[in-house]
Amino acid sequence: MTITTSAGDIDRRLLMDRSVAGRKAFTLPESDVPAQKLPDSSFLRDDVELPEVSQLEVIRYFSVLSQLNFSIDTNFYPLGSCTMKYNPKINDELANLPGLADIHPLQPDETVQGAIRLLKNLQDDLGEITGLVGVSLAPLAGAQGEYAGLLVARAYHESQNDSARTVAIVPDSAHGTNPASAAMAGLEVVTVRSDDQGNVDVENLRELANESTAVFMLTIPSTLGLFEPNILEINKIVHDAGGLVYADGANLNALLGLVKLGDLGVDICHSNLHKTFSTPHGGGGPGSGPVMVTDELAKFLPKPVAMKTDAGYVMATPEMSIGAINGFHGSFSIAARAYAYIKTLGLEGLQSVSENAIISANYIQAKLRDKYNIAADRYCMHETVLSATKQKKRGVAGLDIAKRLLDFGIHAPTMYFPMIIDEALMVEPTESESKETLDHFIAVMRQIDDEIDSSPELILEAPHDLPVTRLDEATAARKPVLRWTAESNFLSS
Amino acid sequence: MYPEDLKYSKEHEWVRLNGNIAEVGVTVFAQESLGDVVFVDLPAEGTEIEQFSKFGEIESVKAVSDLFSPVGGKIVEVNSSATDSPEVVNEEPYGTGWLIKIELSDTAQLDTLMDAATYQATLD
Ligand SMILES: Cc1ncc(COP(=O)(O)O)c(C=O)c1O
Repeated sequence: MTITTSAGDIDRRLLMDRSVAGRKAFTLPESDVPAQKLPDSSFLRDDVELPEVSQLEVIRYFSVLSQLNFSIDTNFYPLGSCTMKYNPKINDELANLPGLADIHPLQPDETVQGAIRLLKNLQDDLGEITGLVGVSLAPLAGAQGEYAGLLVARAYHESQNDSARTVAIVPDSAHGTNPASAAMAGLEVVTVRSDDQGNVDVENLRELANESTAVFMLTIPSTLGLFEPNILEINKIVHDAGGLVYADGANLNALLGLVKLGDLGVDICHSNLHKTFSTPHGGGGPGSGPVMVTDELAKFLPKPVAMKTDAGYVMATPEMSIGAINGFHGSFSIAARAYAYIKTLGLEGLQSVSENAIISANYIQAKLRDKYNIAADRYCMHETVLSATKQKKRGVAGLDIAKRLLDFGIHAPTMYFPMIIDEALMVEPTESESKETLDHFIAVMRQIDDEIDSSPELILEAPHDLPVTRLDEATAARKPVLRWTAESNFLSS
Repeated sequence: MYPEDLKYSKEHEWVRLNGNIAEVGVTVFAQESLGDVVFVDLPAEGTEIEQFSKFGEIESVKAVSDLFSPVGGKIVEVNSSATDSPEVVNEEPYGTGWLIKIELSDTAQLDTLMDAATYQATLD
């Protein structure tokens, strides 16, 4: 069977659909030992359908799939809040050196001194970058870093016999993980409003901060891509009420070498190594969300923390640690990439990362503001949030614009987030892209706006030239097909 | 798009009064802003709720949003076709896409809601 699609002769059959009974990808020599019966074969099943295919078919199948993939290695990928920048391949290579890749977390510390030293140096560098010197690399994602940081805040209040502090104040613009982590850490979530500039409503915060406040969670830069201009006042309000300030530094890409969160009065923060430090967030692979705290709070950090002693490097447990939040040391290979990245760039290099990320986002914003509304029309940090409300009134929604961009080889921006902005299109160009690429994006966005009046169907039916065209997202969510069965014919549906 | 005989809340829910039973749903504006609704989570019949408190969740291809009850009282009926086939909320938000029926604790609460013209004015 050959299936021809508009995008060429791509064989779109799933591996399952290529199965031919009896075909296999291996030949075993005849057994030269007597056959043994399994002591218990009751768990063996023969009702599981597995593809029976040759090696070549497997290779072709996955090679073609990989070519259909839309990735940072092939396309501009301005997916806001995911920092899909170029991560030098050499960092992958370094993280894969046998001394780093072929070790086991249960090895005695004295046999992996170099690896622990790497973790200790990375902790120190992150402490320097954020100005918060107590660092644990244990958390496996941004959300887990938040969770760990909030447990540290709770442990601190308890150590002060102040256990009536049960509230986390969270801005309405926050990433969904913030309230979720707070709830999971046993805190009650109270929402503080944003003002019409997209900043935290300082008066509203003043009303909410009191003796029950455990922590205030500030995302910086905010999810609108803005620097919070009232941060010093905000931190004072929270501290005067006896609470701690938590900074969500997931998007540190805008701050490197420019601002230290600790200098602003922040007590606790996390950062996503899998955004800024050489691992992509949108990659779907493992993550790493280190938690950074003030010197005073370091004794509560999740274990293990790399430390240097007279006897060498050790993975140690801080004095009043909140305990382990997962097995072992965190995502070691992500940490190794981050370390390679930081050491290659140095302070000056890191600073220019952030400067270029900020300039690129502001360039796009300035060149599009006459066509698209800007959620908060002032200088932005590393990303700009467009609001396609003018386009929506003319019949084309943010979603349609995002789909149309795919036709031009541009990955869609993050859509409909932050939720306080109607028709949000969150664009993060990153520092990696050339001016030509940014100009191409700008030209395409302007052209799409023109198409609304000249040929709206081009946008409403997009994408046209990709292996899959407009998907029926509603049916996919309402009646999801999650498992292959012989009856599920994906090609004809 | 905004029937005259309904009352509206600023959270984009509507109320239709029959005796002391209030039928509640989301407005055309809410339904359009949400996009295709894929999941509706509603409380059990018999639940008591207060005016303006959260009574459920509505999920679209874009986002999950809380549902706030424009009136308080006891939930006497829950629309199972909205939970079973969420598309009815998009198709007929004022008809088969209604969400819950509430036995009103206090009919005066209706006075705190908007009429169609006032509600529509808030949308522009
Ligand atoms: C502001 C912010 N906080 C937290 C997170 C959560 O990070 P993770 O997805 O690694 O849990 C993200 C992720 O995009 C984020 O943008």
